[in-house]
Amino acid sequence: MSYPLPVFVIIPLVTAFLLPVFGKRGKSAATVLANLATISLLVLALSSIGSSAVYQVGKWPIPLGINLVLDGLSSLVLLAISVVSAAAMLFSTRYMEQYTAKSKYLSLFMLMVTGMNGLVLSGDIFNLFVFLEIASLASYALVGFGCGHEELEASFKYMVLGSIASICILFGIALVYGNTGSLNMAYISAAVRSRGGLNTGLSFALALFVTGFGLKAALVPFHAWLPDAHSSAPAPISAMLSGVLIKTLGVYALSRVLFNILGITIPMGWILIALGLLSMVAGAFLALGQWDLKRLLAYSSISQVGYVILGIGMGGLIIARAGSDINTQQLAWASLAILGGLFHLLNHAVYKSLLFLTSGSVEMSTGTRQMKLMGGLAGRMPLTRSAATIASASIAGIPPFSGFWSKLILVIAAVQAHFYWVAAVIVLVSLCTLIMYLKVQRYVFLGELPENLKSVKETKGSMLVAMAALACLCMLMGLLLIPSLRANILDPAVKVLIDGLDYSAKIINM
Amino acid sequence: MPYAMCFLLFTIGLYCAAVKKNMVKIVIGIMVMEYAVNLFLIMLGFRSGGQVPIVSKEDLAGAGGQLSSLFVNSSVDPLPQALVLTAIVISLGSLALMISICIRTYEKYGTFDITEIRRLKG
Repeated sequence: MSYPLPVFVIIPLVTAFLLPVFGKRGKSAATVLANLATISLLVLALSSIGSSAVYQVGKWPIPLGINLVLDGLSSLVLLAISVVSAAAMLFSTRYMEQYTAKSKYLSLFMLMVTGMNGLVLSGDIFNLFVFLEIASLASYALVGFGCGHEELEASFKYMVLGSIASICILFGIALVYGNTGSLNMAYISAAVRSRGGLNTGLSFALALFVTGFGLKAALVPFHAWLPDAHSSAPAPISAMLSGVLIKTLGVYALSRVLFNILGITIPMGWILIALGLLSMVAGAFLALGQWDLKRLLAYSSISQVGYVILGIGMGGLIIARAGSDINTQQLAWASLAILGGLFHLLNHAVYKSLLFLTSGSVEMSTGTRQMKLMGGLAGRMPLTRSAATIASASIAGIPPFSGFWSKLILVIAAVQAHFYWVAAVIVLVSLCTLIMYLKVQRYVFLGELPENLKSVKETKGSMLVAMAALACLCMLMGLLLIPSLRANILDPAVKVLIDGLDYSAKIINM
Repeated sequence: MPYAMCFLLFTIGLYCAAVKKNMVKIVIGIMVMEYAVNLFLIMLGFRSGGQVPIVSKEDLAGAGGQLSSLFVNSSVDPLPQALVLTAIVISLGSLALMISICIRTYEKYGTFDITEIRRLKG
């Protein structure tokens, strides 16, 4: 296999270090370069769909050297990252003109993309940590980019909790290395499989991983930093953070470690389901009470990530319960649950980043995020309004739009696997989501137009293009369930998680 | 016993980061945690009375190109040291960022006390 995997890391990394060279004069050249980089990454990610490859860095054979692995799950998340980063970068072209030091911003943005791409492709667990730290450090700096009172406070809070999470993950990696003698994911899982279970050290490592990745994914007991960080960051960065960062650093890494490295067990399945349900319910109720537009969106992200974790957890529980003598029916249920979770991950990446972009467009035009100070913007900003409506319809699960399909799959999976109460909670939280987005529509776009907002103008240029592209995706994402597309994009990703520890054998033999 | 001390150091750092009100002390607590983990990694590779894991020509010449089992069993594992080196560089980066954010926050608020830095609620 000679698929050029390192390009996913090299392109953003090189661009990140080239951009500051342009300085103040070459701001437009830097912007064009950064956009070219994200768009070429998008093209590469699209072309990588359906293929799988292993790349040995420096030709070192697998257990000795670093290796990059592209499989179904990686390419799914890679696709989400590149779609959202291309749109957010296009949006930043105009939006970031109101800040100084634009080329530094672009550089940090590209570093964040480097970290996420590397994390998704990494085939050994220590490199996963290194890339996770690259992405996290860039995101801490980006959250505090405005250097105002709120931004700095949010950034500090995020950084303290994020650093504790990283340290927990590093501690877990050290324990795994001490107990299995390998850092390569495939070799660790082979060691776990030959041992037939986890010993005390590995169980403690598992607990540390759940804490660490849970903090990064902002699941409910660990969510304190998210509403502050996501609402204080510049809008395109909020879109990146909510859209892909919490999913790559949290959900992807957690499911990779749980399913493919340490192996899913029944208690872990229940813990995932509990974390998912808690996040869904608490996130939705906390979001309902918010009057700051971006804070509401941030809380709703917590609730939506809960869906993803819930789907993956249900699938894991079914697999773990059945053990090795799993029959086709159980396998079908588990696949459906995981498919729902992963499809929701992809959908949420698109519509939540669209919502944050529209909130940025509203904030740029009106100068406020408080919903009580807005109203009647539908007449002044019709295009932003229609983009926001499409995204809201998606997230609330209104039929033709993307969010409906993934929620429907989750409900069907829950009912088939006899988790009736889980299905009820999913529907209930969907209802709460509908209410909170009706609130956004009512207070931001409908109602009386305040006197001071009479001269508000619609956004123009690249910001509109970015929003329009994501809005089109929101409407068309349901098509991913068409068998031929599904077999290429979603099914391989589901297969990776279903295979569990057998993943190791495939990597070693490739 | 050294592992227990290492874990103690980790919990001291966690306590400091969770309880202290001063931003700089929180940063110190996080760094103590980081060092505890680095120490743990170093100890994983340690072997009392071990030898340096560098192969010389003489080591190979004796047994027909094969390393002696004595060498393999008594040499120190070098990999954790490489890991710690990487981890130290990363923690240096995050320390620099954390301290610079502390300084900027002090310029804005005039205090390091996190109970007085509370504009974000909800």
